[in-house]
Amino acid sequence: MPSLLDRWQQLKRDRRVVWAAYIALALLLVALPFVTDWAFGRTWVRIAAFVLLYVMLALGLNIVVGYAGLLDLGYVAFFAVGAYFYALLASPHFDVHLPFWLLLPLGAAFACVFGVLLGAPTLRLRGDYLAIVTLGFGEIIRIFLVNLNAPVNITNGPQGINLIDPVRLGDFSLAQTHSLLGASFPAVYNYYYLFLVLTLAVVFVSLRLEDSRIGRAWVAIREDEVAAAATGINTRNVKLLAFAMGASFGGVSGGLFSGFQGFVSPESFTIIESVMILCMVVLGGMGHIPGVILGTVLLVVLPEALRHLGPWQQALFGRVLADPADLRLLVFGLALILVMMLRPSGLWPSSTRRREFAAKGEEARHGKQSVYDAAR
Amino acid sequence: MDIFLQQLINGLVLGAIYALVALGYTMVYGILGLINFAHGEVVMIGAMVALSVIQMLVASGIALPGPVIAALGLLAAMPVCMALGYGIERVAYRPLRGAPRLAALITAIGMSILLQNAAMIIWGRQYHSFPALLPATPHQFAGATINDLQIFIVLLAAAAMLVLLYLVHRTRLGRAMRATSENPEIAGLMGVNINTVISITFVVGSALAAVAGVMISAYYGVAHYFMGFMLGLKAFTAAVLGGIGNLAGAMLGGLLLGIIESLGAGYIGDLTGGFLGSHYQDVFAFLVLILVLVFRPSGLLGERVAERS
Repeated sequence: MPSLLDRWQQLKRDRRVVWAAYIALALLLVALPFVTDWAFGRTWVRIAAFVLLYVMLALGLNIVVGYAGLLDLGYVAFFAVGAYFYALLASPHFDVHLPFWLLLPLGAAFACVFGVLLGAPTLRLRGDYLAIVTLGFGEIIRIFLVNLNAPVNITNGPQGINLIDPVRLGDFSLAQTHSLLGASFPAVYNYYYLFLVLTLAVVFVSLRLEDSRIGRAWVAIREDEVAAAATGINTRNVKLLAFAMGASFGGVSGGLFSGFQGFVSPESFTIIESVMILCMVVLGGMGHIPGVILGTVLLVVLPEALRHLGPWQQALFGRVLADPADLRLLVFGLALILVMMLRPSGLWPSSTRRREFAAKGEEARHGKQSVYDAAR
Repeated sequence: MDIFLQQLINGLVLGAIYALVALGYTMVYGILGLINFAHGEVVMIGAMVALSVIQMLVASGIALPGPVIAALGLLAAMPVCMALGYGIERVAYRPLRGAPRLAALITAIGMSILLQNAAMIIWGRQYHSFPALLPATPHQFAGATINDLQIFIVLLAAAAMLVLLYLVHRTRLGRAMRATSENPEIAGLMGVNINTVISITFVVGSALAAVAGVMISAYYGVAHYFMGFMLGLKAFTAAVLGGIGNLAGAMLGGLLLGIIESLGAGYIGDLTGGFLGSHYQDVFAFLVLILVLVFRPSGLLGERVAERS
């Protein structure tokens, strides 16, 4: 009797089923704003747009952490650079209003430069050391954003920059309500669709990178840098490329964030934010695109859903014991610990990685995991 | 000259506190190879517990001299932090000992978020003022001022470090700790109970963290649920600066970082013609960290450990 798993494998091999699944997914993504708006309200459309924004960010970090295995704890710095780049060049702050189609690639390039700036001196470092240096880098960027308002006002300090131009494509402003085929498209919807298109582009680039020569070089470096160098990979350049690539994804998302919010301040770019993005990557399954997307969706939606802890407490205990805003990060921390304990390779790891972990567990059970592993 | 000396004194006091926290990071890293992100939160919990005890004692109206109340607060904070340190290791880190390093790091981050928010729920979001219990009589010293509290902090930190050095280098337990950090497997084969040693390492580090927590909140006069995060990062920087895994290195790194920070904050305005001010103080710690790691990744006193991946 074929087990459920076998049937699943069979279904996965059937072309028609796969296409049907893709089409269903596409329809779902297109219909999502209408459905969420109708079922949960406008706020959730906004949250859906944020999910897409974070997917772009997480996939950018996934290149650095997931593919190349370089632990970056200051990734939000590139997000910040992209956001401020857009904010400064499309707001009344300097009274410069450059168009969106120009700012987006320029912002990506600018963040890319920062990626190389961070990458170049730190390439020799590994593991935890790299993590701490990148963390310091992220913090330095934030401190400069907070303090660069005197004596020359560049970033407007802790108040941040207001009244940033909304995204405009030619004469089409995303901030206005448009109507098409009898349906009305408010601003959030427009941004959702813009983000959806760009996210799909980012997913496509990530997918193509994964199987490219560069992608395989990254994985080789992640698994064993010395061996990778020995096979003729220029590890320095390839690692720099990972940093630059990840940073430019961050820059793009930053620019979109600015245009979407209409407001940026240093508060959005703290270490916690970097940690969150890293958690999205690791929680879902590093280096595996569907895993990263799953992790992102969970980590953006979960804290929002946990806002309902207040009413639940009311129902359970008759009164609100702890402020839900306080509780939600607590639950979040707990969730991180639990997931890492129960599934250290992530919720949805790639099949190769899952096999590796299974093999390691097997070795350990047979007592083959020797002193070398611990001493390494 | 007197400004220089003054900044040096301030830096020394700050550095002594950094050093105490850095010891906790370096001991754990030396044995487990793990950045214990939650260590800064242990410092914060220490400060908060001490503050609560002190507030209770003051409110109870028992006429005790200030220093005695402060000492009681510290004595209450230490066991709480020790239990917390033990618990963190037992619950969160031990199950992950064979797991990939990144999983352990994420767990540490999760623990840090958890403790921070638990503290926020217990003690609230506001800044608590820490009562001035110790006399702050200023003394003039070669054109600079140093007060009793500062002297006391430096002396207490020095005493705590001496006790730690004695423990690690002169006792049987210390030998077990050093052996474990050298090679846990072999140490285990030689009859060292690794789990006990690791637990004790966490407990000792947390006790030092409690001391540091009380010191820093007494020094600045405030305690806050978020105070541990930045302090922890800086202390980790200090540990890396001195050479992670090395006790003397952590002490040296802490003192140096404190001094660099306060000298940097004192002079940056003059150096840049007023363009950058003393609010860039926090940048120095990270700048130092990046420079050290780029030019001497093993730290000042460390051995070649940066190659560990």
